[in-house]
Amino acid sequence: MHPKRKQRLLIICFLVCGLSVAIGLAMYALSENINLFYNPTEISEGKAPEGVKIRAGGMVREGSVSRSEDDLTVKFVLTDFVADVEVNYTGILPDLFREGQGIVALGRINNEGVLIADEVLAKHDENYMPPEVAEALEKSGHKGYGDQYTSDKEY
Amino acid sequence: MANTKWTWFHRFGSPKWLYDFAERYNGPLFGVGCALMLGACFWGLFIAPPDYQQGDSFRIIYIHVPTAILAQSCYMMMAAAALVGLVWRMKISDYFIACAAPIGAVMTFLALFTGAVWGKPTWGTWWVWDARLTSMLLLLFLYFGVIALRSSIQSADNRARASYVLVLVGVINIPIIKYSVDWWNTLHQPATFTLTEKPAMPAEMWLPLLIMVIGIYCFFTALVLVRMQAEIVQRELKTRWVHKLLNIEGERSNG
Repeated sequence: MHPKRKQRLLIICFLVCGLSVAIGLAMYALSENINLFYNPTEISEGKAPEGVKIRAGGMVREGSVSRSEDDLTVKFVLTDFVADVEVNYTGILPDLFREGQGIVALGRINNEGVLIADEVLAKHDENYMPPEVAEALEKSGHKGYGDQYTSDKEY
Repeated sequence: MANTKWTWFHRFGSPKWLYDFAERYNGPLFGVGCALMLGACFWGLFIAPPDYQQGDSFRIIYIHVPTAILAQSCYMMMAAAALVGLVWRMKISDYFIACAAPIGAVMTFLALFTGAVWGKPTWGTWWVWDARLTSMLLLLFLYFGVIALRSSIQSADNRARASYVLVLVGVINIPIIKYSVDWWNTLHQPATFTLTEKPAMPAEMWLPLLIMVIGIYCFFTALVLVRMQAEIVQRELKTRWVHKLLNIEGERSNG
């Protein structure tokens, strides 16, 4: 390669690398703001700010969902299998809401430590399968095709 | 310099050679791309099984994933072209960026739009400012930025140089898009397909998706080649081979 071109290539690589490092550091510093939600563990450790709206993300604990008789209020427990957060929500839930599903709730934590949610979003995982496969897996005792992939993931 | 190792590379840098290459391959690529995309659409929409949780709404994946992949790899190609343009000063890089940027912008828009349409029933919202969605929106703005920058500079040399720099700086966004779902908590799910693990989706679902991806790449290549032919003719209007091509006899036009 021509020495002049080599020099230009080196300068460009150097500049792009430098810029990436700068942006990487900035994003590392801002990572608390870039994260969409707090885990129940972070909330129980007091890392989430109090009195302001936050998002809490986790799994809906099996058997924790209770619906009110006369309005749309739903109570459930969000868990990351380390800590729990209780959530109260009045409104329409997304189609994918169910026990064992990953969800994100937006709301304020009151002084009893309960998250009063204004919005509940379902988080879909990366696993797809036909309904017959899901049924067969359920019969054989697996919770889902997903558990072999998600067991090492957060929440 | 007259190293044979580099001849293939310099051949691609020749507008005439690329014009002839495009002339030969854009038709077949267009045909194959359209056939694959139509076939994969039919397969994905009618033959592939529904998802156990999302039902039929998961089928938007057959548009969403290919457009999102292409949106990012189109930007990577533009960045590679920008690097070649800055180091080797090849004009063809500039032509490529001019032709690919609008297609990339359309692909990014389609990925964002289909994602929003899917997000409403699945997540319960059209849009959320998580890292994946925001970095993808930034990619759309980068494409718009490249297009706007190009249309605002008159001098061809300065325009090329400025768009190379913008494209190269913006390439840092690509790994951010890719790894956003791993680095931060996002509503968007992590990747279903990785190079190291088997896909978290059965073959009867991912096969049409793979065909769709191959089809959209063929379609994209054909589209870029046709657009580059037009760009080459416009920009190389003063050369003898373009005159011959356009059957301009006698005196040279004052371009």
